Amino acid sequence: MHIIESGNVAAATGVKLSRAQVIAAYPITPQTPLTEKLSEFVESGELAAEYIPVESEHSAMAVCIAASTAGARAFTATSANGLLYMSEQLHWAVGARLPIVMCVANRGIGAPWTVWNDQQDTISQRDVGWIQIYANDHQQIIDAVIKAFRLAQTVSIPVMVCYDGYLLSHTYMPFEEPAQSSVDSFLPTFAPTHFLDPENPGNFNTVTLPDVRPDVEGVIAPGYIEIRHTLHQDLRAALDTFVEIDREFKKEFGRGGNPLIEEYRCEDADFVAVCIGSLSYQLRDVVDGMRENDVKIGVMGVQMYRPFPDEAIVRALAGKKGVIVFEKALSYGNQGALYADIKSALYKSAERPFIHNYILGLGGREIKTQHLLDALTASCTSPDTFEDAPRWIGLKL
Amino acid sequence: MTTDKFCSMLSRSKPGPGDGGNTGSWRVLRPVINLEACIPAKRNKMACFHCWLYCPDSVVSKTIPPVINYDYCKGCGICAEECPAGAISMVDESTPLVEDK
Repeated sequence: MHIIESGNVAAATGVKLSRAQVIAAYPITPQTPLTEKLSEFVESGELAAEYIPVESEHSAMAVCIAASTAGARAFTATSANGLLYMSEQLHWAVGARLPIVMCVANRGIGAPWTVWNDQQDTISQRDVGWIQIYANDHQQIIDAVIKAFRLAQTVSIPVMVCYDGYLLSHTYMPFEEPAQSSVDSFLPTFAPTHFLDPENPGNFNTVTLPDVRPDVEGVIAPGYIEIRHTLHQDLRAALDTFVEIDREFKKEFGRGGNPLIEEYRCEDADFVAVCIGSLSYQLRDVVDGMRENDVKIGVMGVQMYRPFPDEAIVRALAGKKGVIVFEKALSYGNQGALYADIKSALYKSAERPFIHNYILGLGGREIKTQHLLDALTASCTSPDTFEDAPRWIGLKL
Repeated sequence: MTTDKFCSMLSRSKPGPGDGGNTGSWRVLRPVINLEACIPAKRNKMACFHCWLYCPDSVVSKTIPPVINYDYCKGCGICAEECPAGAISMVDESTPLVEDK
């Protein structure tokens, strides 16, 4: 069924169709309508879940950790400072290997206060160990939520589904709402192998010492570094797992096919603009215009940022003349995080394109098509004038 | 749902003594029971056992006499503080361990 709704409602509908059992959330702009919609679903009986209002984001994630440990499918959502307030619990959730799913409506971080969109919130949490998927439109939001639950429980790693605040969270677009029966056949019931069970008591995530040690039965139990190494290996393996899950999703629903990166007019391109999130669709218009003037240029959106799909990115970019990375976030004191990651991935490639970095749109600063066109034109026509440091777009100094 | 491919190493264990390692090695001061002052030892009765009750690591046995498991006792000193007979003293770990007589 096609409906026209906001990105937040697309996310909430995905959570409902995924039959989340426990939802704990604290409202924060621009995520608020998502949690309001979920509480309506629970209140009306459309979603058989426990909705737990909490006093903070830290508690929201703590509730999800407890619920997931008890074997329930758990969901929360947040933005910006709320995400950072739960950061300590984010580390715990992934270290404990709990398949929690969380939506983040991307918003700039205070101080100074801003409620508008950029991506500093989730980019700053890239090293926590959670899987990060970014959606570019409402259809991708609802689909990503459903795929995220399947991915999370397959690899036992929590997943963030991120989408641009306001630009997606509050705008209305048509999208297909999948049938419940199709979602049920795609997404099996959550049946964890380890969960809190009075009949079978166990210690979960107790203190580890620097070295391995024998457990009570004399078997050598892994230490901290072994458990963390396993998490890293499993995250790397999650790339292929997500590709498989996306393939099955396409079989069931007819959509998808670009789980890691989404390319547009890249095949014969000399230059590729790269970014995360809805900006990649805005860039398509710019690229279409430049194509009319015979500039061979395309756009690549990074859909999965962690684990980092370095092989797919190298395959897409090696041999191009130039790569231009646009970011609504940066690693302060250095450069754009995505830019640094892509440079690092391309280093091992024999044919290295030039690579430029633009920072833009922080705190919701309007990104004008003319700005993007000017930036791409400068990069394509005078690449030698660029330094490694990022250029900032739209600054009014 | 999780396949064998994932989560090959997790922090999961069966509860039991020693699951947190031999925490006795953390000890700086060792509680030693003077059996001539200890109430259950002196009276040969199942009585008192404040040491057993208050020990946060459950390393004191409810027996006559009470016995402290030094493999896991961290030396917090709560038993010595709580003993109504003042029978437990905290001895520097550098003094040799004397087995119960």
